[in-house]
Parts: sequence; C-alpha cells; structure tokens
Amino acid sequence: MTDPGRTVVIGAGHNGLAAAAYLARAGREVVVVEAAAHVGGAAVTREFAPGFRVSAIAHLAHLLDPSIVRELDLQRHGLAFARAALKTVALDAGGDALLFDGNRIVAGPASAADRAAYTAFTARMRRFAVVLGRQHGRVPPRLAWQHWTEALPAALLGLDIRRLRREDMREFLRVVTMAIYDLLEESFESPLLKGAIALDAVLGTKLGARSGNTVFSYLHRLSGAASGGGGPALPRGGMGAVTDALAAAARSAGAEIRLGCPIEAIVVSGGRAGGVRLSGGEVVPADAVVSSADPKTTLLTLLGARHLEAEFAQRVHHLRATGTAAKLHLALAGLPAFRGVAATDAGERLVISPSATYADEAFNPAKYRRYSEHPVLEISIPTVHDATLAPAGRHVLSAIVQYAPHDLEGGWDAARAPFQELLLDLLERYAPGIRRQVLAAELVTPADIERDYRIRGGHWHHAELTIDQALMLRPVPGAAQYAMPVAGLYLCGAGCHPGGGVIGAAGRNAARIVAGAEA
Amino acid sequence: MLTFVTGARMRAGDNKTPRVRRARRIRRRRRMKRYDVIVVGAGHNGLTSAAFLARAGLRVLVLERNPYIGGATVSRELHPDWIYSNCSYVCSLLRPEIYRSLELGRHGLQVVPYGGGVTFTRDGDVLGGYVDKEVKRREIARYSPRDADAYVRYGRDVMRQCRLVRSLLMRTPPDPTSLRPRDLAELLHVGREFAKLGEAAIYDTIRFYTMSIADFLGEYFESDLVRANFAGSGIIGTALGVHSPGTAYVLLHHYMGDVDGQVGAWGFARGGMGAVSKAIAGALESYGGEIRASASVARVLVRGRRVTGVALDNGDEIEAPVVLSALDPKRTFLGLFDPGDLDPRLLKRARDFKIRGSSGKLNIALDGLPSFPALGPKHPLLAGDMHFLDSLERFEKAYDDWKRGTWSKDPYLDLLMPTMTDPTMAPPGKHFMSVFVQYVPHKVEGRDWTDADREAFKKTVFAQISRYSPDFEKLVLHAEVRTPQELEAEVGLTEGNIFQGELTFDQLLFNRPFPGFAQYRGPFRGMYLCGSGSHPGGGVMAAPGANAAREVLRDLRRRSTVPEGWSDD
Repeated sequence: MTDPGRTVVIGAGHNGLAAAAYLARAGREVVVVEAAAHVGGAAVTREFAPGFRVSAIAHLAHLLDPSIVRELDLQRHGLAFARAALKTVALDAGGDALLFDGNRIVAGPASAADRAAYTAFTARMRRFAVVLGRQHGRVPPRLAWQHWTEALPAALLGLDIRRLRREDMREFLRVVTMAIYDLLEESFESPLLKGAIALDAVLGTKLGARSGNTVFSYLHRLSGAASGGGGPALPRGGMGAVTDALAAAARSAGAEIRLGCPIEAIVVSGGRAGGVRLSGGEVVPADAVVSSADPKTTLLTLLGARHLEAEFAQRVHHLRATGTAAKLHLALAGLPAFRGVAATDAGERLVISPSATYADEAFNPAKYRRYSEHPVLEISIPTVHDATLAPAGRHVLSAIVQYAPHDLEGGWDAARAPFQELLLDLLERYAPGIRRQVLAAELVTPADIERDYRIRGGHWHHAELTIDQALMLRPVPGAAQYAMPVAGLYLCGAGCHPGGGVIGAAGRNAARIVAGAEA
Repeated sequence: MLTFVTGARMRAGDNKTPRVRRARRIRRRRRMKRYDVIVVGAGHNGLTSAAFLARAGLRVLVLERNPYIGGATVSRELHPDWIYSNCSYVCSLLRPEIYRSLELGRHGLQVVPYGGGVTFTRDGDVLGGYVDKEVKRREIARYSPRDADAYVRYGRDVMRQCRLVRSLLMRTPPDPTSLRPRDLAELLHVGREFAKLGEAAIYDTIRFYTMSIADFLGEYFESDLVRANFAGSGIIGTALGVHSPGTAYVLLHHYMGDVDGQVGAWGFARGGMGAVSKAIAGALESYGGEIRASASVARVLVRGRRVTGVALDNGDEIEAPVVLSALDPKRTFLGLFDPGDLDPRLLKRARDFKIRGSSGKLNIALDGLPSFPALGPKHPLLAGDMHFLDSLERFEKAYDDWKRGTWSKDPYLDLLMPTMTDPTMAPPGKHFMSVFVQYVPHKVEGRDWTDADREAFKKTVFAQISRYSPDFEKLVLHAEVRTPQELEAEVGLTEGNIFQGELTFDQLLFNRPFPGFAQYRGPFRGMYLCGSGSHPGGGVMAAPGANAAREVLRDLRRRSTVPEGWSDD
C-alpha cells in the first residue's frame, strides 16, 4: 500500500521543514502535512493587531545552525537579518542599566573587577559551549555497544571534552551540573550582571536560578553563538522569515507542503508506520513518517501507547514538558523610553532580572502552580531595526515572560487579565509612560501555545532541556537516535537532541537517519 | 590477642613477632617524642585514618581541640543521667569493611537495628514504613494500590543505584583529566561497574544523578503522601529543596548503608554515637596510637613545599613528616595555613566551596513516653523515625523559608526516641528524644542567632511535635537547641554543614572537595585530607578516613592496612 520512497513529515515548523528539505535533496518524495494554514510552527510571524506583526513565539535567533543556512542556501530563499548580534541591556528598577555585548561590559555600573571577570567568564563559558555546539550536528551516542565501531560516537563526545585544556576540563566537569546562582556568586559582584546572566540560564526552563543544571541550560543558550552563529539576531520580517526560507528551500528541492490539514493519527500496519490519517479521514501512505510534533503528542496521541512497550510508554509519559514561559506583545504608538537606556540602544535585547535572587524568587510561585508576582522578562523591540513589522513611527514590543506555568492553579482564563495588568505595571516602572503608548496588547500563555501550536504542555522546547533530558537521554533513553521503537517512525522536533531554540539541527540529523535507514 | 594475629598478617614475611615489635615501638616512643603522622581532629574519620596508619606500624598522634573526642560522633551527658547523641544520631553508613577490619565490635561498638519509620498526616492518619517490606507494601496500598506495586520497582531501582555507589565508596576517585596509568585504570574500573548495569540502567543512572527527588519519586508514585514519605531522604543535611535537581542522589546517602548486612537498614550505636568514635579510638590505641585532647592546632608547619609538623594554640610545636586534616576543606585551607603558602586558585576554591548549614537539632530529655494518638500506645513504630510533612509542597515551602534566610516555619523533622531501642541512654522509664530539623540557616536573615531566635526556633519545633503528640511538651525535662551556629562553634563544622560540604555533583567523586584535590592529597608533600569533605562524603561512613590512610601508606611505600571495598555481587 505504501509507494516506496515516500516520506511524510508531520508539522511545518523549522525542524519539520529542515527535515523535509534535506530528505527531498536526498532524492526522496516528501510530503509535509501542517495543521495550520501557514508554515512556521512556533517560528512564525503573526499580525497580532491591525498593521502590527511580531514573532509569535521565539523572537530572537540565538542558535540557528549556520551550516543549515549555508547548505540549504537560505539567503537565496529570502532569509535576511535586520540585525545580528544584539547587545544586552540589563535594567533595574532604580534606573541603572548595564550594557554588554558578547564578551565585554560596554557601559553601566560595574566594578573593574567585574568587567575583567565578565570577559574571562564568557570566554571560558564559550569554550565550554563549543563542546555542546559540536554535538548539535551529531546523532547522540549510545552508551552500550557490541562492536567497537558503535563506541565511536560516544568516544567523540569524550574527545570533545578532552580537547579542552586541563584546567578547563576540570572546570567543565565541575560546573556543568551546577546552579547558575552558585557559579555567579563565585564570579561576580554586580547584582545586575548576575541577574542578567541568571535570566539567560533559566529562560525557557522550569528551573530557578538556584536550581541545579541551570549552568547547563546557560551553556545550551551559548552553544549556537559558540558554534559559529553571531549571538541573538533579528530575522528581517520576524522569525517567520526563517521558516519561509526553509519552506522555499524544501519546495525547491521537490518537497510538497500541504497546509491546513491536521492529522488524526499515525497509521500502523504490519508493525510499522505506514503513513498518516488526516482529520478528513484521508490516509497519506508513506514508508517513513517523520514527526516534528512534540514527543508526547507524537507517541501518545498520534501513534498511541498501545503500539509501544509499556516501560517505553511510561518514559514518554514522564517526560517533563511543562511550559513556564509566556509571551507579551504590545503595539505601541511610539518608541518607549526605558529608564537608563539611550534611544539608540532601545532596539537591543532588554532584560528585566535585577539580580540572581530576583530570578530565583520569580520561580518560587511556579513550583506551586502560580505565576510570578515579580516576573523576569526578555524584551525586544524589533521595529527599531525592522520597519516592515509596524506602521511608520509605530513600534512593537515583544517580551518573553517567566514564570507563567502551563498548569496554573485555576486555569489561565481567569488569570490572563490580572497577569497582563501586572506585566504592564512592571513595564511602567521600567519605562514610565509606556502604558499610554499601548495601542493593543496580547498575552500568549503556555495554555494558548498548547492549543494554537499543538505542543503538549505548551513548552517552547517541547520538553524541559535539562541534563536528564539532553543528548542521549532526549527525549527518552532508547529513542535518542531519532528512530522510534515502531519501525518507520521518526522524531525530528525540538523534543529531540539538540533541543529547542530554532536550531534546525534536529530536523537535519533526523533526515540523515531516515535517509540512512532507507539506503 | 586477636589484634596481634591480624597485625601479624598485616606484616606478613616479618620474622620478628608483632609483640616484640610493638614493645620496641613503645620503647622508641619513650626515648624521643617524634611522630610519623599527626592527625588533626579526632572525629570518626580522623580516628579511622589514625587507626589504619598506626596499624601499619607508624607512630601516630591525633590532636583534638575539644576536651572530648568524637567530633560530631559523640555521646554527651548534657542533662544528668541522660546520654545524648547530640550531633549525628543514627548509624548505618559505617562501612562494614572498616567495622570488621578494625574489630570495632571487640572495642565495644554494638549497632542495634531499629524499627522502621512513619509519616503522620494532617488528618490524623499515618503512613507506616514497617521494616517488613510486605507489610509496608500493604500499608502503601491503603493510599494507592498502584503505588504499592510501584514500591517494588522503586526498591529494586534504588538498590541498583546503591550497589553502584557502594562499589565506589572504598576507592580513591580517578582524576578524569589525568593520563596516569593509575587514573586510567580506575576510570576503566568505574566504566566496568557502569557497563555491568546494562544500557537502560546506565541512562537511568545518569538521570538519577541529575534529577530532583520530586521528579524521581514522581516517576513511581502518584500519592502525594507516599512521595512525601520518601522525599525526606533526598534533602536531609543539604541546602536543596525536593524540586532541586541533584537531590535524587542524596537519597542514596541514606539508603546505601546497612546493619548486619541488611542493606538500607538503620541502627543505633548502643550507648549513643560516641560508642562509634570510642571503639575506633580503642582500635587506634590497641595499635599504639596516641590521642591528645584539648590540644587545638593553630597552624600546619610548611617548609619548602612539604609539611614538617603542626603548631598548637599554646605555642607548642610537634614535628611530623605527615599531617592529615580531618577538618572540612574550608577550615583546613583557610584556617590551618598561612595564606601566603597557598596558590591563590586553591584559596579561591576553598572560599567558593559550598558548605551551607541547613539543619539543626533538638536533644530532649523526657520524663516519660509521649503519646502519639495516631499510632496508639505500644505501637512498634514508636521506635522508628517519625516525620510530619505529608506533601511535597510543604517540603518545598520549608526550603523557601531557608532561602529567605530563616528557619522553616513548618519544618521537616526526623524525630527518634533511641531509648525505645537502647534503654541505656536514659534512666528507667524516661526517654531521650532526638529531633533533627530541616531547614535551619547558619545565619538568621544575615545576622548571628540570638537567644530570642533560638527560643522562637524551639517553639516552632515544639509546636510541630505537639500537633501530633499533645502531651509531649509536658514531659520535657531539658532541651538542647542546636542551630548550625552551635555545630560550627563546638564541632568546628563550617557553617554547621553536617556533611562537611554540600553533596552535589560539583562536589562529589573527583570533584570532592575540589577538582584536582580529590585523591586525599593536599598542596604540599606530606599533607592529606581525611574528613567527610573528601570522597565519598559525610554520614559517619569512615570511608574518607580509610581511603586517606591508604593513600598515605601508598606514598610511604608501605603495605596497605586498609581493607578492599566489598562488592555486593
């Protein structure tokens, strides 16, 4: 029933499209089925108010794999950056602001010791991040092997750590499981500086600054820049530009993209995945099904636990995937004036996380299924660099807000309005007058993300990105090599190694496995 | 007699009889007061190191600041006729290899197993942790049949982790950055122990070491009460909450022990924990070692990158080519040395070492046996651990209080009445109650503890107990309140951390106490660390002391007197 060589890719997010593009280039017949009427998944640009467009979920390209941009020739397919390597401005309520770029503190209240320490710190962290960055393009190793050749991938990982200088290796093995809070206490004096770094470590996780493993999540965030990318960047036209270019690349390689057709189930016949059934009932047969949906949706909803061995199903069920990050979008009549920030810096990455303790205390309520009274924010005003997103003279503010747990006590319907008010009050303190500039406001909670982007738990990275869910443990042990226990079924989304953050590597690695499996 | 036999075996191939050698050793010592080894601190680890070194024929002197020995392994009569184990209070992790080879039984140590534990619920029920696994399973089934089945899986998986860890306790951690044959061989050994687990278990082990106890328990149990019942072991003695990654591992530090070969069992040292240090001291003296109490070491003397002895507070200097410090790494490097002698990077490591006080203790003399209505009179579990937190949220909130710099207002208690098992600790009919309290900060909102704080803290704990034992407070004859500050002042544990340093991966195995110093050697020739600040860490295991002694003997090119670790299978 399956016509040989056809692959169905579930979901037209950046990973699905990357997988489709690479598979099509490998000469396979590829059909991408996407529920939404447009491509992009969570990497998409949306009009949230008449004339105002914004990167709907992910809003800065930190990690986009440069080799994918090159190999798929995404520039030719229309990808351009309005601004690369944004600086970071750390704000505090007192009106102090600390401006720093990749590896040095440019301006603001920081002791000479802190400035020196910061440069040394980032240099070292980047050397560590390179170790992770090198893994992006690789299929995670297995840790048991019959033949020595199977040991090679694991050996490579070991080698990457060994390639560090001895002092670095010692330090890497010490800090990699640490809480960012403790590492920052060792390294710096300035609360503002510590706060800003702590934010980078906890953004997109259900962890606080004092939680272990947050140094690892910080390194993951750096791993893109370390592996050749330029740090936080703004695609022209918003994050949708990335997926539009990927879609163009996939199409030009011969992939077919069917929009507006949500799928109902993954068809299993003769013990292997034989295609997908669309909600209309139409079956799209295939000899390989590659899902960029999150692992729980793919394996428990679309495939069904009955096709899985009990212990494996349990592992998938236990995958931690509770989103805590919300998104605030403001349509503004003019450029807001953040205290302590020069107008020329308004377009940089603004962060509200005045101290590591603040970042940790913001997390406490999330443990009890409540939202932060004093949240942390990563703010971007893309319109400073990219006029295509708003009418002339108008501006768009896009902020990632933590903590807003998906499993909020009492649900989000009741909490949406008060939380949005709380956020506007907070912003008013940092940018007096901003409330009067607001023409339209939108709050996107993890609950909305779950509904609108079909991500179970509304987690940006599909699953919490901690060491116990990373590399050979991602999404779950035994399925880290993209091939699922059911023959012909593969995962290629952020739920796989190397995880979320608009990298695209998961799609590329999975495509390699799929192509290899058929070869 | 027995010692000489073992002693003789230790020095096989020697034509002189041990008795003659021992007699000569004593004569030699009389002639000139010189020592081969000085051990700073007469806690259980310092004494263990000293015992194994003395047994190898070295002239060993242990110096203790306090007028009594034992460090945090002590029995004190702080209320007439009552013996308090006023710091550490239960005995399980003490390595059986050491117990046997130092013949601690012969030197008076008797470990008596005690009965289970219980978690009280706010609605007047209990979850009984009976010793009999089957009974406990049925008890869990009262709350969730699924959890009762999961309990079997849970026990199996945790035991697997224990086996792995136990196989590493009596070994020196390899330096993963080194290419020395010895380190590579040791790495290979660890690798093999891992490989033995099988692929799935290898992954689970990595997860286990990086997970939070809450997430780990969540993979087995659905009932919040059942989770809470097991969660305590993940946070005791740490400055971490049940949701903090890394706490799953801490669980092991309370499961990997055994009593009479029953892994996971707990027991009391008859006569209080002091019996442990007394027995080790007895072994030490039987090998000719010496202990000097009320002798506080001011400085370790260093000449030309090697140690030459120690200077006491009273100005005396004692020479010895080898000095072991049983003090925690912070005290050792920031207290015993002239900062000028140390590499600034090492000083920074010592300053950054995480050794936060997070627990306190109440030692209480009771006029009689308090009643716990939820259990009823003569209930077997009156002899076990009693816990009062019945939800993970209460655990985590207790931790939030600590993070804010105050003691938990709804604290986690590990309450025991040792006199239910060992009546020798109090007059007939009376009882000694040991109440371990988590969380308690080293400083209250950044300032030192005042008597008012101590009083308020005591009230908090009394209130928690009285909620489940209405007549408890009327029976109190005397209560000793110990915050981390008392622990630091009396025992010398920095910030009152009971493990001599946080048990997180960045301070475990080859990272304990710091990377590059995990093999018990200090920065100078002849300088060693033998306290719980070194691998495998705290819990009255005596393993750090034994491992350090083995390394000293190795450097002195002497045959080791330290037993090989036992493997469970």
